[in-house]
Amino acid sequence: MANNGAAKYKPGDLVRVKVGVPPTHFRTPEYIQGKEGRIETLWGAFPNPESLAYGGDGLPAQPLYQIEFSQSDLWRDYKGNSGDKLFIDIYEHWLEEI
Amino acid sequence: MRKVHDRGGWPNEDPIDHDEHEMEEWERQVDALNSVLGEKGLKNTDQLRRAIESLDIKSYESLAYYEKWTAAMEMLLVEQGVMTTEEIDAKMNSMQPEQK
Repeated sequence: MANNGAAKYKPGDLVRVKVGVPPTHFRTPEYIQGKEGRIETLWGAFPNPESLAYGGDGLPAQPLYQIEFSQSDLWRDYKGNSGDKLFIDIYEHWLEEI
Repeated sequence: MRKVHDRGGWPNEDPIDHDEHEMEEWERQVDALNSVLGEKGLKNTDQLRRAIESLDIKSYESLAYYEKWTAAMEMLLVEQGVMTTEEIDAKMNSMQPEQK
C-alpha cells in the first residue's frame, strides 16, 4: 500500500463526490454523493474493493482519502451545531475537482 | 435507486437498540467459518459484502447479522464451485432440528 506518488489530490483540496449507483459493489454511500467536501488526509493507495469484490486483484490500487464535510451540507433541516463535521473515507475515482 | 444496505439517512423514528448481548454458539461458528474461508482464499471481505448486498430486500430486512453472513458465504461457495446448492439443501434436509 501507501504509494502516494500518484495521488491526484492533497489535503485542503476541495472535491465533489460523483453521483452514481452502479449495479456492482461500491463503497460510496448515497447520502454523500454530489456533495462538496475538503480533503483531510490521504491514507495511501489500496487495492480497489470494486474489483476485489468479484475476485479481481484490485489493481491499479486507488488512492483513498479521508474527506471532511459539513453536516449542514448533508442533511436537510440539520438541527445540530452549525460547525458539526462528518469525516468519511472515499476512493479517488469517486471524486471530481470543483 | 439506492441499494438495500445503503442506510445512511433513511428516515426512521425507531430508537436505536444499544443493548449488548452474548454471542450465541452458532454465531461464533459462523465467524470462525468466515475466517477459515478467508485463510483458504475462498473469500475476502469485499466479496462477502458484495454477496450480502445482493440479498433481496425481504431477506436483508429479516435475517440477523450472522444469518446474512451465512447466506453470503453459501452464495460465494456455490459461485466458486466448492459446493452446490443441491448438496447444501440435501445436507440440511438430512439433519433433524435440535431438540430443545
